[in-house]
Amino acid sequence: MNPVNYLYLAALLFTIGAAGVVIRRNAIVLFMCVELMLNACNLAFVTFSRLHGNLDGQIIAFFTMVVAAAEVVVGLAIIVTIFRSRHSASVDDASLMKL
Amino acid sequence: MIHAATVHSLWTTAAAAPDKIPSPDIEYGQLLPTLIVLGAAIVGVLIEAFLPRRQRYVAQLFVSVVALAAAFAAVIGLAASDYGTSKAHVAAMGAIAVDGPALFLQGTILLVALVAVFTFAERRLDPVVHGNRVDSFAAQAAAVPGGEAEKAAVKAGFTTTEVFPLVLFAVGGMLVFPSANDLLTLFVALEVFSLPLYILCALARRHRAMSQEAAVKYFLLGAFSSAFLLFGIALLYGYAGTVAYSGIADVVDGQVRNVTPALAGTMGNDALLLIGGAMVLMGLLFKIGAVPFHMWTPDVYQGAPTPVTGFMAAATKVAAFGALLRLLYVVLPGLRWDWRPVMWGVAIVTMLGGAIVAVTQTDVKRLLAYSSIAHAGFILAGVIATTPDGISSVLFYLAAYSFVTLGAFAVVTLVRDAGGEATHLSKWAGLGRRSPLVAAVFAVFLLAFAGIPLTSGFAGKFAVFKAAADGGAGALVVIGVISSAVAAFFYIRVIVLMFFSEPRTDGPSVAVPSPLTSSAIAIGVAVTLVLGVAPQYFLDLASQAGVFVR
Repeated sequence: MNPVNYLYLAALLFTIGAAGVVIRRNAIVLFMCVELMLNACNLAFVTFSRLHGNLDGQIIAFFTMVVAAAEVVVGLAIIVTIFRSRHSASVDDASLMKL
Repeated sequence: MIHAATVHSLWTTAAAAPDKIPSPDIEYGQLLPTLIVLGAAIVGVLIEAFLPRRQRYVAQLFVSVVALAAAFAAVIGLAASDYGTSKAHVAAMGAIAVDGPALFLQGTILLVALVAVFTFAERRLDPVVHGNRVDSFAAQAAAVPGGEAEKAAVKAGFTTTEVFPLVLFAVGGMLVFPSANDLLTLFVALEVFSLPLYILCALARRHRAMSQEAAVKYFLLGAFSSAFLLFGIALLYGYAGTVAYSGIADVVDGQVRNVTPALAGTMGNDALLLIGGAMVLMGLLFKIGAVPFHMWTPDVYQGAPTPVTGFMAAATKVAAFGALLRLLYVVLPGLRWDWRPVMWGVAIVTMLGGAIVAVTQTDVKRLLAYSSIAHAGFILAGVIATTPDGISSVLFYLAAYSFVTLGAFAVVTLVRDAGGEATHLSKWAGLGRRSPLVAAVFAVFLLAFAGIPLTSGFAGKFAVFKAAADGGAGALVVIGVISSAVAAFFYIRVIVLMFFSEPRTDGPSVAVPSPLTSSAIAIGVAVTLVLGVAPQYFLDLASQAGVFVR
């Protein structure tokens, strides 16, 4: 199978994730969409690594996973705190500072 | 020994000799500033774990200040032994550049962080609670605002001394960010400095709901933008087959002759280069707060604890502009005919947008946020110059601007009423009659923002606009001057409000700070005036530092 197809899949996943961030309202779902975007990046890295025949892309994929895990720790902590003080994870309710 | 028959596909090959992997050769001495700061951050975490609560504050403050000062001394040491000029090179197996711009920006970030730590440690502004002096940070960040747990934490005198290691981690990432010499290091550094900042935003003692909201917004948008940055990196990797800056630049310049057949499909594919470059730029412009990607700036600046806002506004901007400069001047100079028009557009909407929206603001923190957007536009004008003067003027502007910003936000922490900081502009009316000194200091900072001569703002603006004009961006300079005039209007309006209107009877009072905040403000004023009255030495320093290593 032509590896370039995986690039199209990566671009598709990235677009789904980006569209999800723009459309959805729940902070957790938004966050999952961001994670989907990061995974799409990983797929692209691994595919390019295969195309180029060097290992840089695969190594970068590991780094991305570690960074994504760190981001989950911080992100979930922040989202859980705001959920506990408001009983809602909707990003539309967070509008104290609107003009 | 490789038999052709046994190698039956691309992913299977005969076992290679095991001694192929060279052991990495790291120049620890040249990475000392970063290592000191990150090491101190880890010590800070250990202090949180093992020291009794009462002793943590003093220990954390001591470790942070000593580490930042030592790291600054290390930067000076490196610069003194010519790593900024003749010995500039790429260290740590191609991951980190040690050159003039990197050292200049690292020095600036460390000084800014040192002054910011003073404002973080301030404990005299809030009234004493249950016999304990408190700072700007929540007693217990995990407790629900207004709940029983929070009341108990406040009564027990808990404080969030974790802010000090968090700042140090952020500073560590910021030191790497402008000196990153491959895209992977760039991405990791971005996350290392962003994640602590997201947490710091959520830690305000007053207005905790607003603070948490700011953190959620900053986090979600920050993660969104860093995903774009990462996909851009993936595409650039696909384009060049490497993430090293010099390797990508070689492919962009067409200097790679021996393209292997496996790469022919992707290497040198301009679509990958253009889309990838644009997405990486998006990620960096988000951190800078340039206009299409600026929506987070006012909310986050307003909601975050004011010392954090000051630190973030000053240091993040320095680090992100450093990374942007290196990307545009080292990786993509061969593409400048493509990125310059785009950056022209971004700079114009950033300058005008920031200045015009700022006119309508009624909250002093939001006003400063929009002013920081306008300033990002002015700095972008210097970036667009694509001349050595462009680099040095941006370096100078960043150093000048960051201290003005820190000082201005430090003054904001002083003006208080019963609900904490009084940030609404109407409450600042007549401040000049009640506390002439504080109002005068704030007026100095506002005049520096406006770019009035004899302040650092004028010297910086003059340098970037001159570089932009020499670099063939004359029209940009005209727009820059127009938006400076618009911006001057609202800075002067605040000064008029402070000095020429009657004080309100229910107006805020000015808290008397400890020597920590006083010295932070004094340093801000001193740098503003010195860089304004005698900028030549620092301009020379910036122009000596203004050459990137590749």
